[in-house]
Amino acid sequence: MASKRFLYINRKAPHGTVYALESLEVVLIGAAFEQDVSLAFIDDGVYQLMRNQDTTAIGSKNFSPTYKALGDYDVSKIYVEQESLETRGLSKDDLMPLTYEDEDDDWAEKDSIHIVSGAELAEIIEQQDVILNF
Amino acid sequence: MKFGILVNEGPYTHQASDSAYYFAAAALRAGHEIVRVFFYHDGVNNGTRLGVPPQDDRNISARWAELAKDNDVELILCVAAAQRRGMLDADEARRAGKDADNMAPGFQISGLGQLIDAGIQADRLIVFGD
Amino acid sequence: MPVLHIVNKSPYDRNSLDTCLRLARADAAILLIEDGIYAAQKNAAASDKVQHALGKHPIYALQPDLQARGINPDNMIEGISLVDYDGFVKLTTEYDKLQSWL
Repeated sequence: MASKRFLYINRKAPHGTVYALESLEVVLIGAAFEQDVSLAFIDDGVYQLMRNQDTTAIGSKNFSPTYKALGDYDVSKIYVEQESLETRGLSKDDLMPLTYEDEDDDWAEKDSIHIVSGAELAEIIEQQDVILNF
Repeated sequence: MKFGILVNEGPYTHQASDSAYYFAAAALRAGHEIVRVFFYHDGVNNGTRLGVPPQDDRNISARWAELAKDNDVELILCVAAAQRRGMLDADEARRAGKDADNMAPGFQISGLGQLIDAGIQADRLIVFGD
Repeated sequence: MPVLHIVNKSPYDRNSLDTCLRLARADAAILLIEDGIYAAQKNAAASDKVQHALGKHPIYALQPDLQARGINPDNMIEGISLVDYDGFVKLTTEYDKLQSWL
């Protein structure tokens, strides 16, 4: 069967609710299915990618380092909406660097994060077969 | 047409499970097929058989179970989400050394792969949640 | 191919409708369900943006959710179409991508 295009849309901040963590668990499991996978971070979802998260003092699992492993799972299309960052006074420098090794380019390390406009993201949404929201 | 349905919230607190149920019933009425209803996050709580809603309220778990039985629809609770929240079938309860299980008939526990598979099999995957 | 955007939150509680309107392309439709139907009411703070969106997108509201919340169809913004659950299913067959703004 031909592969489908899956888009995971993340609009919720981490830690306050479980959605971000359990969404990431779906992405990791889904990676084994060899579908075309993209992730979008919109609105408070951009907070999931913040650097320097440390949950020691709130007793919950710090799953933020797991995002850095996405490249190893062949999940390398990560779209962050520019307007969502700006609204929150953030820029790409506030986010964890996420990279992957491009097998078609002699395993060169490349940036997985693409900062996109609303119009670009709208087009990405339109290109999908399955859109999962958590 | 083939539908997959994802339910992300538990019964009674959010309307998500009710909306998903009425959507599923309407889809079946129109002659569509539902390949799977997948329950994730607190949605796994829809699978309890221990709920005792008052007489004048709907029984959400029983209603799902009946819809599944009458139409041969798979109701799947995500195993990881279910274990976290204490939703156990007899096998899981035994394996985890617990003294009881609480899953309603008609529901099954399985992995997240079943959600991805529903996305692959179905023509449409629709998500209900908060 | 066109997207059916589904909004289930009140525009006075969450930004789901705003984000949906920001990211919906011209050929997309919008369906208001659950608390999302409050956006269908006229003479309210969100009415102008919904009215404006109607110029670009067909907008539907789920009648059972409207009825449950005591919103009279006469108080709905003109141009929004009511659907029941059968109509909801039909929309999901007519649009080939479904995006729920949870």
